[in-house]
Amino acid sequence: MPGSRRYGDVVALSPVDFPVRGELRVRAGADISALRMLRRARDRIDRDYASTLGIATLAAEAGYSVGQFIRAFESAYGETPGRYRTRRRVERACELLRSVNLTITEVCMLVGFTSVGTFSRRFSELVGRPPSAYREEAARVGGPAPIPGCFALMWRTGLPAADRGAESAFPG
Amino acid sequence: MITGISIVSVWVLDQDAAKDFYTKQLGCELTNDIVLDNGMRWLTVRPQGSTGQELLLMDPARSMLDAETAAQVRALVAKGALSPGVMATTDCRADHDMLSGRGVEFTQPPAKRPYGIEALLRDDSGNWFSFTQRND
Repeated sequence: MPGSRRYGDVVALSPVDFPVRGELRVRAGADISALRMLRRARDRIDRDYASTLGIATLAAEAGYSVGQFIRAFESAYGETPGRYRTRRRVERACELLRSVNLTITEVCMLVGFTSVGTFSRRFSELVGRPPSAYREEAARVGGPAPIPGCFALMWRTGLPAADRGAESAFPG
Repeated sequence: MITGISIVSVWVLDQDAAKDFYTKQLGCELTNDIVLDNGMRWLTVRPQGSTGQELLLMDPARSMLDAETAAQVRALVAKGALSPGVMATTDCRADHDMLSGRGVEFTQPPAKRPYGIEALLRDDSGNWFSFTQRND
């Protein structure tokens, strides 16, 4: 999975650009309103990936018990909601590591992990190398992270707004 | 010589709801709403700033698809798996704020990319579009 794309190519057409594990299963006649609720829950994870929002809350909003929700989500998307959220957080972490000059701990907290150990472990599982190695490699390929971290810390939703016509005005 | 794409087909779950969403929330202009002899409802809208491209809002259940295929397409749309393409904007941030104010769902706020400023939005059926202001 890593290596299929150069680090310099920041591609973000899909909310999550890691390959989804498992098969995309679509049953003819699948319950459309149930699928819409599941999609809303997944969009919520995409938007609020860094929050401590529990799976129980997402399940309740979608009208499921926790067990039913996890099974229905996995059946629709090929992985559990918890796993999906972890991938989303790691994907956001990759972007921050490529683009923003922050410490590993700061990136870890920004994307919603509370323990650096867990963050590094999950990151390594999904990306194939620890965050520090990923960042060094990204810097080697694409130059150092261009955006001062102080701006990203004020921005909890992905990339900081470095483009409001003030790009050259960063004090550093 | 191919000069461009004049119509992009978008699968929707409910054409009446989609007509409202695309015209009232996204601000497109309605260009056709006709029922053809074969029962297909030909519903097209044009983005206001477009020079000719239209979106054809198609109901899989009233199209050339067989019933089983239509059900599969509807499921894919509902679960958010399909994307018809990229919407172009001249001001991603301002339009994002304006459209959010009208209740359009964004799954990713505007962010700077190597090719421009990009956000991701969903239509009312579940299709996602990249919403991009390209670099000059």
